[in-house]
Amino acid sequence: MLNLVIIILLSIISLSAAIYAVRAKKLVNAVVASGVISLMASIVFLVLGAPDVAMTEASIGSGLTTVVFLYALKQIKSKGEKDDD
Amino acid sequence: MIKYLLTFLVLAGLIWLSVPLITEFTTSEGLNNISSEYVQLSAEKLNIPNTVTAIVVTFRGLDTLGEVTVLFLATAGVGFFLKRKDSEKQKKRPGSEILKTGSGILTPMIIVLGVYIFVHGHLTPGGGFQGGVVIASAFLLLILAYENFKFSHLLIHISESISGFTYVLIGLAGLAILGFNHFLDPRWLGLGEWGKLFSAGAVPIIYSLIGIKVGAEMSSLLDSMRDEGGHE
Repeated sequence: MLNLVIIILLSIISLSAAIYAVRAKKLVNAVVASGVISLMASIVFLVLGAPDVAMTEASIGSGLTTVVFLYALKQIKSKGEKDDD
Repeated sequence: MIKYLLTFLVLAGLIWLSVPLITEFTTSEGLNNISSEYVQLSAEKLNIPNTVTAIVVTFRGLDTLGEVTVLFLATAGVGFFLKRKDSEKQKKRPGSEILKTGSGILTPMIIVLGVYIFVHGHLTPGGGFQGGVVIASAFLLLILAYENFKFSHLLIHISESISGFTYVLIGLAGLAILGFNHFLDPRWLGLGEWGKLFSAGAVPIIYSLIGIKVGAEMSSLLDSMRDEGGHE
Protein backbone atom coordinates (compact mmCIF):
# COMPACT_ATOMS: atom_id res chain seq x y z
CA MET A 1 0.00 0.00 0.00
CA LEU A 2 2.81 2.36 0.92
CA ASN A 3 4.57 1.42 -2.29
CA LEU A 4 1.48 2.35 -4.27
CA VAL A 5 1.29 5.77 -2.61
CA ILE A 6 4.98 6.39 -3.30
CA ILE A 7 4.61 5.36 -6.94
CA ILE A 8 1.58 7.58 -7.47
CA LEU A 9 3.37 10.52 -5.85
CA LEU A 10 6.47 10.02 -8.02
CA SER A 11 4.31 9.69 -11.12
CA ILE A 12 2.59 12.98 -10.36
CA ILE A 13 5.95 14.69 -9.89
CA SER A 14 7.37 13.28 -13.12
CA LEU A 15 4.20 14.12 -15.08
CA SER A 16 4.29 17.72 -13.90
CA ALA A 17 8.02 17.88 -14.67
CA ALA A 18 7.28 16.59 -18.17
CA ILE A 19 4.60 19.21 -18.74
CA TYR A 20 6.94 21.88 -17.39
CA ALA A 21 9.74 20.67 -19.69
CA VAL A 22 7.48 21.19 -22.69
CA ARG A 23 6.10 24.53 -21.56
CA ALA A 24 9.25 26.09 -20.09
CA LYS A 25 10.47 29.31 -21.66
CA LYS A 26 14.14 28.68 -20.86
CA LEU A 27 15.74 25.64 -22.46
CA VAL A 28 18.03 25.08 -19.49
CA ASN A 29 15.02 24.64 -17.23
CA ALA A 30 13.52 22.18 -19.68
CA VAL A 31 16.72 20.10 -19.67
CA VAL A 32 16.83 20.02 -15.88
CA ALA A 33 13.14 19.09 -15.76
CA SER A 34 13.75 16.16 -18.09
CA GLY A 35 16.54 15.08 -15.74
CA VAL A 36 14.02 15.14 -12.89
CA ILE A 37 11.76 12.79 -14.86
CA SER A 38 14.57 10.24 -15.12
CA LEU A 39 15.35 10.57 -11.43
CA MET A 40 11.72 9.91 -10.48
CA ALA A 41 11.60 6.97 -12.88
CA SER A 42 14.69 5.50 -11.24
CA ILE A 43 13.09 5.74 -7.79
CA VAL A 44 10.00 4.01 -9.19
CA PHE A 45 12.21 1.21 -10.50
CA LEU A 46 13.83 0.92 -7.09
CA VAL A 47 10.46 0.72 -5.34
CA LEU A 48 9.30 -1.91 -7.83
CA GLY A 49 12.35 -4.01 -6.99
CA ALA A 50 14.64 -3.50 -9.98
CA PRO A 51 17.81 -1.95 -8.52
CA ASP A 52 19.90 -2.72 -11.62
CA VAL A 53 17.62 -0.74 -13.89
CA ALA A 54 17.31 1.99 -11.26
CA MET A 55 21.08 2.45 -11.18
CA THR A 56 21.28 2.65 -14.96
CA GLU A 57 18.42 5.13 -15.14
CA ALA A 58 19.81 7.33 -12.38
CA SER A 59 23.35 7.46 -13.74
CA ILE A 60 22.67 7.62 -17.47
CA GLY A 61 19.19 9.14 -17.67
CA SER A 62 19.45 11.85 -15.10
CA GLY A 63 23.22 12.26 -14.95
CA LEU A 64 24.99 11.89 -18.26
CA THR A 65 22.10 12.76 -20.57
CA THR A 66 21.48 16.03 -18.77
CA VAL A 67 25.14 16.96 -18.97
CA VAL A 68 25.35 16.11 -22.67
CA PHE A 69 22.21 18.16 -23.32
CA LEU A 70 23.66 21.10 -21.40
CA TYR A 71 26.92 20.93 -23.35
CA ALA A 72 24.99 20.79 -26.63
CA LEU A 73 22.90 23.76 -25.51
CA LYS A 74 26.02 25.75 -24.67
CA GLN A 75 27.47 24.90 -28.06
CA ILE A 76 24.34 26.00 -29.91
CA LYS A 77 24.35 29.25 -28.01
CA SER A 78 28.00 30.03 -28.65
CA LYS A 79 27.74 29.17 -32.36
CA GLY A 80 24.30 30.41 -33.29
CA GLU A 81 22.68 33.80 -33.22
CA LYS A 82 22.01 35.68 -30.03
CA ASP A 83 18.84 33.97 -28.92
CA ASP A 84 17.29 34.84 -25.65
CA ASP A 85 15.83 31.48 -24.76
CA MET B 1 -8.85 23.65 -37.83
CA ILE B 2 -8.47 20.36 -39.67
CA LYS B 3 -5.01 20.07 -38.12
CA TYR B 4 -6.46 20.22 -34.61
CA LEU B 5 -9.09 17.68 -35.55
CA LEU B 6 -6.43 15.30 -36.85
CA THR B 7 -4.34 15.75 -33.72
CA PHE B 8 -7.39 15.06 -31.59
CA LEU B 9 -8.19 11.93 -33.61
CA VAL B 10 -4.63 10.60 -33.27
CA LEU B 11 -4.64 11.24 -29.53
CA ALA B 12 -8.03 9.56 -29.14
CA GLY B 13 -6.73 6.57 -31.10
CA LEU B 14 -3.69 6.31 -28.88
CA ILE B 15 -5.85 6.41 -25.78
CA TRP B 16 -8.14 3.77 -27.24
CA LEU B 17 -5.12 1.58 -27.97
CA SER B 18 -3.85 1.85 -24.42
CA VAL B 19 -7.17 1.14 -22.70
CA PRO B 20 -6.53 -2.65 -22.63
CA LEU B 21 -3.27 -1.99 -20.82
CA ILE B 22 -5.31 -0.75 -17.87
CA THR B 23 -8.43 -2.88 -18.06
CA GLU B 24 -6.72 -6.19 -18.72
CA PHE B 25 -3.80 -5.65 -16.38
CA THR B 26 -3.16 -8.42 -13.92
CA THR B 27 -0.32 -8.71 -11.49
CA SER B 28 1.53 -11.92 -12.16
CA GLU B 29 1.52 -14.29 -9.21
CA GLY B 30 4.78 -16.04 -10.00
CA LEU B 31 7.57 -16.25 -12.50
CA ASN B 32 6.71 -17.45 -15.95
CA ASN B 33 8.47 -20.39 -17.58
CA ILE B 34 11.46 -18.57 -19.04
CA SER B 35 12.06 -16.50 -15.91
CA SER B 36 12.00 -19.47 -13.56
CA GLU B 37 14.34 -21.29 -15.92
CA TYR B 38 16.77 -18.37 -15.83
CA VAL B 39 16.62 -18.05 -12.05
CA GLN B 40 17.24 -21.75 -11.60
CA LEU B 41 20.03 -21.99 -14.16
CA SER B 42 21.88 -18.91 -12.93
CA ALA B 43 22.02 -20.34 -9.42
CA GLU B 44 22.73 -23.96 -10.30
CA LYS B 45 24.88 -23.87 -13.41
CA LEU B 46 26.61 -20.52 -13.16
CA ASN B 47 26.86 -19.87 -9.42
CA ILE B 48 25.73 -16.25 -9.79
CA PRO B 49 23.53 -14.73 -7.06
CA ASN B 50 22.53 -11.73 -9.20
CA THR B 51 20.26 -13.18 -11.88
CA VAL B 52 20.25 -9.97 -13.91
CA THR B 53 24.00 -10.21 -14.39
CA ALA B 54 23.68 -13.88 -15.30
CA ILE B 55 21.22 -12.98 -18.04
CA VAL B 56 23.10 -9.93 -19.31
CA VAL B 57 26.58 -11.46 -19.40
CA THR B 58 25.87 -15.10 -20.09
CA PHE B 59 22.47 -16.01 -21.47
CA ARG B 60 22.25 -12.83 -23.51
CA GLY B 61 25.99 -12.31 -23.83
CA LEU B 62 25.88 -11.77 -27.56
CA ASP B 63 23.43 -8.90 -27.08
CA THR B 64 25.80 -7.32 -24.58
CA LEU B 65 28.67 -7.63 -27.04
CA GLY B 66 26.51 -5.88 -29.62
CA GLU B 67 25.56 -3.21 -27.11
CA VAL B 68 29.20 -2.51 -26.30
CA THR B 69 29.90 -2.25 -30.03
CA VAL B 70 27.04 0.21 -30.52
CA LEU B 71 28.36 2.31 -27.66
CA PHE B 72 31.84 2.26 -29.17
CA LEU B 73 30.49 3.35 -32.55
CA ALA B 74 28.47 6.16 -30.97
CA THR B 75 31.50 7.46 -29.10
CA ALA B 76 33.69 7.16 -32.17
CA GLY B 77 31.11 9.11 -34.16
CA VAL B 78 30.98 11.90 -31.60
CA GLY B 79 34.77 12.05 -31.46
CA PHE B 80 34.95 12.14 -35.25
CA PHE B 81 32.43 14.90 -35.81
CA LEU B 82 33.40 17.06 -32.87
CA LYS B 83 37.03 17.36 -33.76
CA ARG B 84 39.26 18.64 -31.03
CA LYS B 85 40.49 22.11 -31.75
CA ASP B 86 43.70 23.10 -30.13
CA SER B 87 42.57 25.58 -27.58
CA GLU B 88 43.81 29.01 -28.54
CA LYS B 89 43.35 30.29 -25.02
CA GLN B 90 39.61 30.07 -24.92
CA LYS B 91 38.05 31.91 -22.07
CA LYS B 92 36.77 29.35 -19.63
CA ARG B 93 35.33 30.20 -16.32
CA PRO B 94 37.38 28.66 -13.49
CA GLY B 95 35.52 26.44 -11.06
CA SER B 96 34.67 27.84 -7.67
CA GLU B 97 36.68 27.12 -4.55
CA ILE B 98 33.93 24.91 -3.12
CA LEU B 99 33.78 22.82 -6.28
CA LYS B 100 37.57 22.42 -6.38
CA THR B 101 37.86 21.36 -2.74
CA GLY B 102 34.85 19.08 -2.98
CA SER B 103 36.07 17.42 -6.15
CA GLY B 104 39.42 16.70 -4.53
CA ILE B 105 37.70 14.72 -1.80
CA LEU B 106 34.91 13.18 -3.85
CA THR B 107 36.69 12.05 -7.03
CA PRO B 108 38.67 9.15 -5.50
CA MET B 109 35.57 7.99 -3.62
CA ILE B 110 33.41 8.05 -6.75
CA ILE B 111 36.03 6.11 -8.72
CA VAL B 112 36.28 3.50 -5.97
CA LEU B 113 32.48 3.22 -5.91
CA GLY B 114 32.44 2.70 -9.67
CA VAL B 115 35.11 0.01 -9.46
CA TYR B 116 33.19 -1.64 -6.63
CA ILE B 117 29.99 -1.63 -8.67
CA PHE B 118 31.50 -3.36 -11.68
CA VAL B 119 33.77 -5.77 -9.82
CA HIS B 120 30.85 -6.96 -7.69
CA GLY B 121 28.48 -7.08 -10.64
CA HIS B 122 27.74 -10.76 -10.17
CA LEU B 123 27.00 -10.39 -6.44
CA THR B 124 25.22 -7.08 -5.94
CA PRO B 125 23.00 -4.95 -8.17
CA GLY B 126 24.81 -3.07 -10.87
CA GLY B 127 27.50 -4.06 -13.28
CA GLY B 128 29.83 -2.89 -15.98
CA PHE B 129 27.61 -0.29 -17.56
CA GLN B 130 26.56 1.33 -14.29
CA GLY B 131 30.07 1.28 -12.83
CA GLY B 132 31.53 2.71 -16.01
CA VAL B 133 29.10 5.61 -16.00
CA VAL B 134 29.85 6.29 -12.33
CA ILE B 135 33.57 6.48 -13.17
CA ALA B 136 32.79 8.83 -16.05
CA SER B 137 30.87 11.06 -13.63
CA ALA B 138 34.03 11.36 -11.52
CA PHE B 139 35.87 12.62 -14.60
CA LEU B 140 32.98 14.98 -15.27
CA LEU B 141 33.47 16.43 -11.79
CA LEU B 142 37.14 17.02 -12.55
CA ILE B 143 36.29 18.62 -15.90
CA LEU B 144 33.83 20.97 -14.22
CA ALA B 145 36.16 21.88 -11.38
CA TYR B 146 39.40 22.49 -13.28
CA GLU B 147 38.90 24.43 -16.48
CA ASN B 148 42.20 23.26 -17.99
CA PHE B 149 41.92 19.66 -16.89
CA LYS B 150 43.23 17.26 -19.51
CA PHE B 151 43.54 13.54 -19.35
CA SER B 152 45.67 11.36 -21.53
CA HIS B 153 43.76 10.39 -24.63
CA LEU B 154 46.33 7.75 -25.44
CA LEU B 155 45.65 6.04 -22.11
CA ILE B 156 41.90 6.14 -22.72
CA HIS B 157 42.22 4.72 -26.23
CA ILE B 158 44.58 1.98 -25.11
CA SER B 159 42.44 0.90 -22.15
CA GLU B 160 39.31 0.96 -24.29
CA SER B 161 40.83 -1.08 -27.11
CA ILE B 162 42.49 -3.63 -24.85
CA SER B 163 39.35 -4.19 -22.76
CA GLY B 164 37.17 -4.62 -25.84
CA PHE B 165 39.66 -6.98 -27.43
CA THR B 166 40.04 -9.03 -24.26
CA TYR B 167 36.26 -9.32 -23.95
CA VAL B 168 36.08 -10.94 -27.38
CA LEU B 169 39.08 -13.14 -26.53
CA ILE B 170 37.35 -14.40 -23.37
CA GLY B 171 34.30 -15.20 -25.44
CA LEU B 172 36.47 -17.10 -27.92
CA ALA B 173 38.17 -18.92 -25.04
CA GLY B 174 34.80 -20.40 -24.13
CA LEU B 175 34.46 -21.48 -27.74
CA ALA B 176 37.91 -23.03 -27.77
CA ILE B 177 37.88 -24.78 -24.39
CA LEU B 178 34.27 -25.87 -23.95
CA GLY B 179 33.65 -26.59 -27.60
CA PHE B 180 31.11 -25.54 -30.18
CA ASN B 181 28.02 -23.62 -29.04
CA HIS B 182 29.80 -22.13 -26.02
CA PHE B 183 30.74 -18.66 -27.28
CA LEU B 184 30.82 -16.24 -24.32
CA ASP B 185 30.28 -19.11 -21.90
CA PRO B 186 32.11 -18.07 -18.69
CA ARG B 187 32.34 -21.56 -17.26
CA TRP B 188 35.79 -22.31 -18.66
CA LEU B 189 37.15 -20.66 -15.54
CA GLY B 190 36.33 -22.35 -12.25
CA LEU B 191 32.93 -21.54 -10.79
CA GLY B 192 34.32 -21.05 -7.30
CA GLU B 193 32.35 -20.69 -4.11
CA TRP B 194 28.84 -19.25 -3.97
CA GLY B 195 28.85 -15.54 -3.17
CA LYS B 196 32.63 -15.06 -3.20
CA LEU B 197 34.29 -12.33 -5.26
CA PHE B 198 36.29 -14.77 -7.37
CA SER B 199 33.47 -17.01 -8.46
CA ALA B 200 31.08 -17.49 -11.34
CA GLY B 201 33.79 -18.22 -13.89
CA ALA B 202 34.79 -15.37 -16.17
CA VAL B 203 31.79 -13.17 -15.35
CA PRO B 204 33.61 -10.73 -13.01
CA ILE B 205 36.42 -10.37 -15.55
CA ILE B 206 34.00 -9.71 -18.39
CA TYR B 207 32.04 -7.17 -16.36
CA SER B 208 35.21 -5.41 -15.22
CA LEU B 209 36.35 -5.14 -18.82
CA ILE B 210 32.95 -3.75 -19.81
CA GLY B 211 33.19 -1.28 -16.92
CA ILE B 212 36.62 -0.03 -17.98
CA LYS B 213 35.47 0.23 -21.58
CA VAL B 214 32.28 2.13 -20.80
CA GLY B 215 34.08 4.44 -18.37
CA ALA B 216 36.77 5.27 -20.94
CA GLU B 217 34.22 5.82 -23.70
CA MET B 218 31.97 8.05 -21.62
CA SER B 219 34.91 10.09 -20.36
CA SER B 220 36.22 10.66 -23.87
CA LEU B 221 32.71 11.57 -25.03
CA LEU B 222 32.36 14.16 -22.28
CA ASP B 223 35.82 15.50 -23.04
CA SER B 224 35.15 15.94 -26.74
CA MET B 225 31.82 17.64 -25.99
CA ARG B 226 33.60 19.97 -23.59
CA ASP B 227 36.38 20.91 -26.00
CA GLU B 228 34.00 21.73 -28.80
CA GLY B 229 31.76 24.01 -26.75
CA GLY B 230 32.49 27.58 -25.82
CA HIS B 231 34.52 28.39 -28.90
CA GLU B 232 34.52 31.64 -30.89
